[in-house]
Amino acid sequence: MDSLGYELSWYLRIAWLLPLLGFAIEVFGGYWGTRKTKTAAYLAIGCIAAGFVLSTVAFCRWNAETGAFSHSGEAAVHEEHASLRHIPFAGQAAVADHAEGHAAEHAEHGSGEHVHGEHASDGAEHGGAQHDEHHAEHQSIAALSGTIYTLGKFGDLEVSIDYYIDSLTILMFMMVTFIATCIHIFAVGYMSDELTEDYVDHFAHTSDGHHVHRPGRFYRFFSYFSLFSFSMLGICFAGNIFQVFVFWELVGICSYLLIGFYTERKSANVAANKAFIVNRVGDFGFIIGLMILWTYCGTFKFGDYEVDGHERPGLFSMVRGHDGELAQQGSDVILKTHGHDGHWQAPQEGESKTIPYTLLVVAGLGVFGGCIGKSAQFPLQTWLPDAMEGPTPVSALVHSATMVAAGVYLAGRFFPVFTTEVLLAIAYVGCITLFIAATIAIVATDIKKVLAYSTISQLGYMMLAIGLGGWAAGLFHLITHAFFKSLMFLCSGSVIHGCHHEQEMPKMGGLRRKMPITAYTMLVGVIAIAGLAIPGTGQLMSLLTFGAVDKPLAFSGFHSKDAIVATALAYTQLNPLHFLLFLTPLVTAGITAFYMFRLWFYTFAGDPRDHHVYDHCHESPKVMWVPLVVLSFFAAFCAANGEQGSLFGMLSFSEPVGLADGMTATGTAAIAVPSHHAVHDVHGTAGAVALLAAVLGTLTAYLLYCRKVVDPENIRNQFSGVYNFLVEKWQFDNLYDAAFVRPSHSVARWCAACDRNIFDAILHGSVKVCIWVATIDRKFDEGIVDGLVNLIGNVTRSVGLSLSVFQTGRMRQYVMFIAVGVVTLFALLFAFMPKA
Amino acid sequence: MEAIGLQPVLFVSAVLFVCGVVCMTTKRNGIGILMGVELVLNAANLNFVAFSRYTSLGLDGQVIALFVIVLAAAEAAVALAIALNFYNNHLTIDVDRGDELRG
Repeated sequence: MDSLGYELSWYLRIAWLLPLLGFAIEVFGGYWGTRKTKTAAYLAIGCIAAGFVLSTVAFCRWNAETGAFSHSGEAAVHEEHASLRHIPFAGQAAVADHAEGHAAEHAEHGSGEHVHGEHASDGAEHGGAQHDEHHAEHQSIAALSGTIYTLGKFGDLEVSIDYYIDSLTILMFMMVTFIATCIHIFAVGYMSDELTEDYVDHFAHTSDGHHVHRPGRFYRFFSYFSLFSFSMLGICFAGNIFQVFVFWELVGICSYLLIGFYTERKSANVAANKAFIVNRVGDFGFIIGLMILWTYCGTFKFGDYEVDGHERPGLFSMVRGHDGELAQQGSDVILKTHGHDGHWQAPQEGESKTIPYTLLVVAGLGVFGGCIGKSAQFPLQTWLPDAMEGPTPVSALVHSATMVAAGVYLAGRFFPVFTTEVLLAIAYVGCITLFIAATIAIVATDIKKVLAYSTISQLGYMMLAIGLGGWAAGLFHLITHAFFKSLMFLCSGSVIHGCHHEQEMPKMGGLRRKMPITAYTMLVGVIAIAGLAIPGTGQLMSLLTFGAVDKPLAFSGFHSKDAIVATALAYTQLNPLHFLLFLTPLVTAGITAFYMFRLWFYTFAGDPRDHHVYDHCHESPKVMWVPLVVLSFFAAFCAANGEQGSLFGMLSFSEPVGLADGMTATGTAAIAVPSHHAVHDVHGTAGAVALLAAVLGTLTAYLLYCRKVVDPENIRNQFSGVYNFLVEKWQFDNLYDAAFVRPSHSVARWCAACDRNIFDAILHGSVKVCIWVATIDRKFDEGIVDGLVNLIGNVTRSVGLSLSVFQTGRMRQYVMFIAVGVVTLFALLFAFMPKA
Repeated sequence: MEAIGLQPVLFVSAVLFVCGVVCMTTKRNGIGILMGVELVLNAANLNFVAFSRYTSLGLDGQVIALFVIVLAAAEAAVALAIALNFYNNHLTIDVDRGDELRG
């Protein structure tokens, strides 16, 4: 067991660190003498692709040991009664290990200390093995955790690089590395116009009105990409919340660098700043959460760990124990610090560690605040559409498939610490977000903006699912969404590249004749996100696949959205008060289908609206469309068989403890979370209504934008108030402008005036006095001090000069001087000496 | 034997001295000047010896005269070396040509 964790951590560790190596080489290697070489791209692709291979190896090892992937989701539901998801080798091993256990363990830890000390000198070599801890042994939690390297110990605070590996980690690694590889390859084609010494930026102007000329930045783009991949994988790999925070910020800075990639364009700079600053707002909450958790729990680690041979519970065990229940006592929650081998309980007697319930809620909300910022949830959603200023591969990688997914990932990872109030908040935030973003997407005309809003909306779905206790459903949607959204972004990139950087959909139309591959791969993505399926094909699929698949024929998005809507329906049945949490996603499913098909019909169907654009556009080169085809395959089939499928099964394998049987909470938020059975029972109904909504949305789009039954222009004029409201993005930007930006500008102006009129005046006055004093001082110095010194010098010099006349260099003259001098002296002596 | 007194000797010494000084002031030849120096030194020697003979100075004067002879020999050696070097640099031993150090 130790060895599995150790082995897996090595695969993932290398997969995680390779992009960092790539980044270092790309940054320090620069552009290898010429800006026309693609070396940086090949290096970056090599690193990330090797990462994908390693993740796959880890995936296979994990699957071989746990059977998680081949273990279907439905089976998990049925086995819930036994309340264990078996890890074949684990149950027995735990007992045996315990018997022979402690002596060996103690011996190990006698030397364990020693090894600890060596950490600094011989690196992480031994650390992992020593500190491997294996929750999986504990039957209930299927996760492996351990410490790689201890950075430092400050009193009780231990800052270390940990790992925490479960199905979610491995799936995230697979998903991130795979999608990043595809996008890297696509970017080689998309960014190829940067392969020049003289790049002309048509969107940036110098002060005299000319286009900006600058050297190409091909290698720089790929070095940022590598750094980003490293940071994102770091978030997935991290075994403690502090480590997550570090990589969280790294992802933020990468995002800043990539959004502002065209740094000569003012809009890109503003967008980069906006993304960064808005994220800081969320991270502020994150830090508060961290402080609370550390103060009361004394550790950042997710998983259990050992100190001096004693087992200590990690955050998850401390809050939830082995049964997933909070141990509440009055207004406090008792932390489960008592126990061993993963069976953590509240101490029976003696001192117990507690955390006030309200603070646990605040901590959860704080950490979720970070997720809100990163995942562009209401009310911090405004940065994501602006982030479309970056090159399209950036939008695909950073702002659709992976970085914004980090927020959802963290919400999922940190699920055990969230109380019901926090979960309810998450659900409502997700619900509001998905609706707002979807409505704005209806009126957006920039092809990338539509996709950006749909990303926000889909992230809302994921948050909603997690808030409703549909942990696996939310993360299922995260994975499927990553595939079809990166696909659609790359398709839009292909369109933009083909149309020579034209992004406005009203100028496109009919492009499917010019770029068929892009159009039809995009169609796959659109169908996937819309959640369309062919009802009644379950039987057919069952026949075709010999009973392996019995779900209707549908692309990935159908299955994941289905799971979310089903969770919502079951939730609403238990908590009728929160019926909006079901209705909104249902309605939005229809809106989603509508705006996505609107985008497709607008861009690819019908007749060309702008012949200039149409005549000049072309299908993208092979390096760009091959990733599209690969991604479209996965967008279509990665979720095959829905909740009975392998992907969902693997996710629910690592589901937080106690979720499967549902939860009931009393107290401030009397919320019940539906059990898997309840969700399963309403699955048929939910799937049907969601599909109905999607079909309605699709039909509306078809009628409006393809058949032109009603001219959309008329509708727009009819509802101009609503239309303008939506075009103004629900006035959020204006609201924030009025509430934060302009007040801070006026405060800044006031401060500037203060500075200029008061502080500067004081400064200037004192400077003037200084100058006056200095002038006088200078006169004194120059006139008197210098004059005296000069006078002495001058006198000495003139005396010397006059004496030098005698120094004739004639020897005979000197002798004459001596002789005459002696004679003269004698004469004087005789003349004036008193006679004795 | 009271043949000659102190005065005649001092007189000879003064003549020698003046001859030496005149030689030094008039000769442009470096060797000539050296010869003048020798005359001056010997005039002084003569004085020392004479005073040691005719006064209560005792042997001191004669010892100092011996010192002066030794010093004169050393001085002559050094001075001749200077003269040779001077010749090497100027192809003459005319001391008036050696006026590079004049002020």
